[in-house]
Amino acid sequence: MKRRNFVRKAVLGTMTTVIGADIVFGNLLPKGYQPLALQDPDPFKMFDKDKGMVVLNDKPWNIEARAHLLDDQITPNKFMFIRNNGIIPEDIDVGKWTLTIDGESVKQSKTYTLTELKSKFPHYTYQLTLECGGNGRSEFDPPAKGNQWTVGAVSCARWTGVRLRDILEDVGIKNDAVYVGYHAADVHLSRDPKKEPISRGAPMSKIMQDETLIAFEMNGEDIPLAHGYPLRLVAGGWPASVSGKWVNRISVRNIIHDGTKMTGTAYRVPCNPVAPGEKVKDEDMCIIESMPVKSLITYPKTGATIKEGQKLNIRGHAWAGELEVSKMEYSIDFGSTWRQCSLEKPTNRLAWQHFGVKVAFPKKGYYEVWARATGSNGISQPMLLPGWNPKGYLNNACHRIAIKVA
Amino acid sequence: MEDHIKFKQRVKAIYTMLLGVFALFTLAAFTVIYLISNPSVFEKSESEAKYVDVIEEDDYDKIENGIHVRTGLVEAEGLMAVVNNCTNCHSAKLVTQNRMNKERWISTIRWMQETQNLWDLGPNENIIVDYLVANYPPAKKGRREVLKDIEWYVLSE
Repeated sequence: MKRRNFVRKAVLGTMTTVIGADIVFGNLLPKGYQPLALQDPDPFKMFDKDKGMVVLNDKPWNIEARAHLLDDQITPNKFMFIRNNGIIPEDIDVGKWTLTIDGESVKQSKTYTLTELKSKFPHYTYQLTLECGGNGRSEFDPPAKGNQWTVGAVSCARWTGVRLRDILEDVGIKNDAVYVGYHAADVHLSRDPKKEPISRGAPMSKIMQDETLIAFEMNGEDIPLAHGYPLRLVAGGWPASVSGKWVNRISVRNIIHDGTKMTGTAYRVPCNPVAPGEKVKDEDMCIIESMPVKSLITYPKTGATIKEGQKLNIRGHAWAGELEVSKMEYSIDFGSTWRQCSLEKPTNRLAWQHFGVKVAFPKKGYYEVWARATGSNGISQPMLLPGWNPKGYLNNACHRIAIKVA
Repeated sequence: MEDHIKFKQRVKAIYTMLLGVFALFTLAAFTVIYLISNPSVFEKSESEAKYVDVIEEDDYDKIENGIHVRTGLVEAEGLMAVVNNCTNCHSAKLVTQNRMNKERWISTIRWMQETQNLWDLGPNENIIVDYLVANYPPAKKGRREVLKDIEWYVLSE
């Protein structure tokens, strides 16, 4: 009996050991696989993005949100689009990071460490709308070259930093200053060190605005790497390419900045309207400044089926570049009639505004809810595509969602 | 006395044998239990070895459903010229997203040569352009397309 007992205990013990070993092995297995996973980078993990985001390009990284993912009033990192022109800087040493102000129109060039920037100048926090100039490009006909953004290359996070104006005043700028151009630490796709992936900027009037920041925080934390850690320019309401990431040098120019993607056709539209597909000479292309009025229905997600008699709450955001949105409307009959939505004031200038409304449908069937914003200058979003342009910028056509009443 | 000693020796022999049998039994039992609780212990290492082989040798340029898996490009004449010349600097996704006619594909190549360090494509240029025009031509969209690929779901508030 004793021996039998011993055997039984031994076997049980062995089973436990075996199972135990199995569990431990199971726990270790994913760890063992991680290096392999790192070799084939998962952008969602790497950049901490929601799985619903859409990767348009992986070299360079270009990732957009979908309308329903942008429902938050303040866009969190996981739903923020990424638009990169080059390779994200590697081995950033924050301790050694500096910002140099130079150019023809500074009295003398000056370099600040990150600590100096943070301690010398007052901090400001603004919620700022950043929209890629090419957001909506996928709809143009004939198609325009580049990343085929649909609606999700827009965000409105809270940015904290110092005013670029305060820095420039500390440096001292000459009267002939017309433009500011940024330079950054990202690397050209060809890895040619003489080439910059992008070096854009803005005229002095935009640069000197209260809300134009040299930012070091996004939503109360260090800026995520893909969004410009440790330092970036943020100029809300203008094409997001003005808001340079990983910025280490600001040049105050006595001419319109001529850096990469400032010239030719980049971030420019025809100065005068053209027919779809028409060729436009470089000298007839003008730099995009303020983004146009636009809105997005972020709730519900397109494709909702509701019961007859059920009212539908819709909500979303509207923005108008440099301006404020003054009116928000919706239509369920393809623009035959428009009804007003409630519209909030922005938290600060250049922040998007929230709208909402309860929608009733007269009978069963297929509907589209179209949203239309009007800016403070009285100009509204078009229902059709706006004027065609060779690079497919500034598509601010009304957003719409499909609804079925069953 | 001799009988007594012999008896002791026999008992010892039987004891040793039983001990041996018990040891074997235990070993067998442990093996069986281990295999039952962990049936994939042998398969796993084999499939891993196979997996590595597949990745590194056979399937680097695997085609599935007419798509070059590694890049997402359509399998057609000129595919490898495009893979070898157009995916070094940027992702193939930049090609597959775009739709252009012959003139605009060529002007895109010129732009890359003038500003982005793209090399002279030589005789490959015609092969590449023909591939792009045949597989990624512009589609008519009009002033506004109908909503497509709607995923219907029930919304009860």
